[in-house]
Amino acid sequence: MTVWIDAELCNACKRCVKACPYEGVEMRDGKAHILDRCTSCGACIESCKQKAILTDAKPREIPDFSDRKGVWVFAEQRDGVLHSVSLELLGKAGELAESLKQDVSAVLMGNEVEHLAETLFHHGADHVYLIEDPALAQYRAMAYTQSFEQLIQRFKPNILLMGATHIGRDLAPRVSRRVAVGLTADCTELSIDPDENILLQTRPAFGGNVMATIANRYSRPQMATVRPGVMEATEDSGKRGDIIRESLSMTEQDIKTKVLEIVREAKKTGDLGKAKIIVAGGRGVGDTDGFKVLEDLAEVVGGEVAGTRVAVEEGWISADRQVGQTGQSVRPELYIACGISGAIQHRAGIANARYIVAINRDARAPIFQVADWGIVGDLHELVPEMIRQLKGA
Amino acid sequence: MNIIVLVKQVPDTTEIKLDPKTGNLIREGIESIMNPDDRHALEAAVSLKESVGGRVTAVSMGPPQAIDVITEAFGMGADRGILLSDRAFAGADTWATSLTLGKAMEKIGDYDLIICGRQAIDGDTAQIGPQVADHLNIPHVSYVFGIDEITEDHLVVRRRLENGFERIETPLPALLTVIGELNTPRYAVVGQLIAACGEKASIEIWNAADIGAKTSELGLEGSLTHVIKTFAPKFKRQGEILEGNAGESIGALIGKLRENRIL
Repeated sequence: MTVWIDAELCNACKRCVKACPYEGVEMRDGKAHILDRCTSCGACIESCKQKAILTDAKPREIPDFSDRKGVWVFAEQRDGVLHSVSLELLGKAGELAESLKQDVSAVLMGNEVEHLAETLFHHGADHVYLIEDPALAQYRAMAYTQSFEQLIQRFKPNILLMGATHIGRDLAPRVSRRVAVGLTADCTELSIDPDENILLQTRPAFGGNVMATIANRYSRPQMATVRPGVMEATEDSGKRGDIIRESLSMTEQDIKTKVLEIVREAKKTGDLGKAKIIVAGGRGVGDTDGFKVLEDLAEVVGGEVAGTRVAVEEGWISADRQVGQTGQSVRPELYIACGISGAIQHRAGIANARYIVAINRDARAPIFQVADWGIVGDLHELVPEMIRQLKGA
Repeated sequence: MNIIVLVKQVPDTTEIKLDPKTGNLIREGIESIMNPDDRHALEAAVSLKESVGGRVTAVSMGPPQAIDVITEAFGMGADRGILLSDRAFAGADTWATSLTLGKAMEKIGDYDLIICGRQAIDGDTAQIGPQVADHLNIPHVSYVFGIDEITEDHLVVRRRLENGFERIETPLPALLTVIGELNTPRYAVVGQLIAACGEKASIEIWNAADIGAKTSELGLEGSLTHVIKTFAPKFKRQGEILEGNAGESIGALIGKLRENRIL
């Protein structure tokens, strides 16, 4: 399929240039021109008031999905403890379900995990689909995929959300392939399109340099993953729901993999995702000693220390403390960015912070564009000063 | 042991700049590189070959210039290279991409192990590995950072978790997605690179017909998800710069933080 422009009809309004998600249209000699970058997506065709953009593609038929109902959330648990991202997703699922006038369900699997259903109800689930089996005690891709396949075929959900954890990012693609649906990874925003009633999934693209809104028009459930810390959980301890039980129909032979052991590596420091205050450092911190000063500040304000990709690569701070597109997304009350220039990958990871403070020597650093308050100056002077003033108080 | 490695050519996203006026991506002058995680996948495959014997096939999907990553794979020790290239593949989401790769794996046939990088830095989805494995109905293990044991019919690997790791045993054939912690990739050997360039003809180029796929199930047409809008990320902040010497500016900052009941 190809897209081309009828130069006679083109009035150089440039609507198509703006509409193209791939920057595949440009103006040449006062007329729109389609570049090699064109993927024939057709976004420009709809934008053209002159009907000057032509295509040989037949419009693709959208199947009837009126029997697909309900917003589902994968209730990820490890050793009988629910992952916070599942509760955050239930909060978002509640909003989506309200727009659609549908119900929220949680999908819970494991061995002897029924007691977790109550927490799921309190966080917004109207129903809990429960599969309990000793073979599900530890997460295993084949067993969990099969269980999801079974539930999806039987109960036909409209939307399915999973946390973008190391388990969710392992499971979601396998499930999507199995039930032949599209999947959008690491969404930072989810909403319902009021006209089409479909899920609009927004995520960073090109390493976080642009945001893309993605639709999943041709398959159900509409699947998306969301990183921990991006959505907000809600709680209502009075809420009740019902449990719908299913059983696993799989042998060890079919499951194929075995978990030989699980080793927990104790973290020396607290969880960044739950931190109220984060003191973060980037290239400008300079060395490991520089980070010691940030640690002192973190201690004074009762916060956690974090770093950028550069700080991790330099070995000034461990990888589990990395904030940004390739690290963690965080949502503290206060984020103090010291010596961080604010590459967009990093900014994407702190967009949900309530307040951001930037300390940097370079007034042109992009971090100042996203900061509530900024100080242009040397962090090696300013951070000790802040510690001194706070201690003196 | 027959090992297939999936490699992708990606724009070096750490080098990307935004137009300060429009906020649009400046695409010109961005270098194309082999996806970083994929280098670790290749290293794992080549060192497995060196320890247990076998053959490494590097497979990539992309435009004709993606042949560069196959050439580089030869330089690192791959024995065979296949580039899946066809205009019909363009604009594919992960559903259509995993179908294309899956069909190519079926055509290659006699594999024991498929290794890929966890994710590509241009998309960051981490979906292709598990999706290809499900297409082929073989088990997969993602986030692999250690290979403890390998025999003719099974593998024991370490999989990274957020707060530790798990050791997993899987029968072969299987698919692994690996992370940087696994190894240190070797540099391409110049001699092998030159040999690979000289034999560029020996890199096989497969199109849609070669893998037995209908164009309607490929590329943008076969995709289930579509980008409907792109925009520059927006951050709404007050953006107040606090002036004065160190004592004054920090004093003002602490004042602001107390005013807003943060401290």
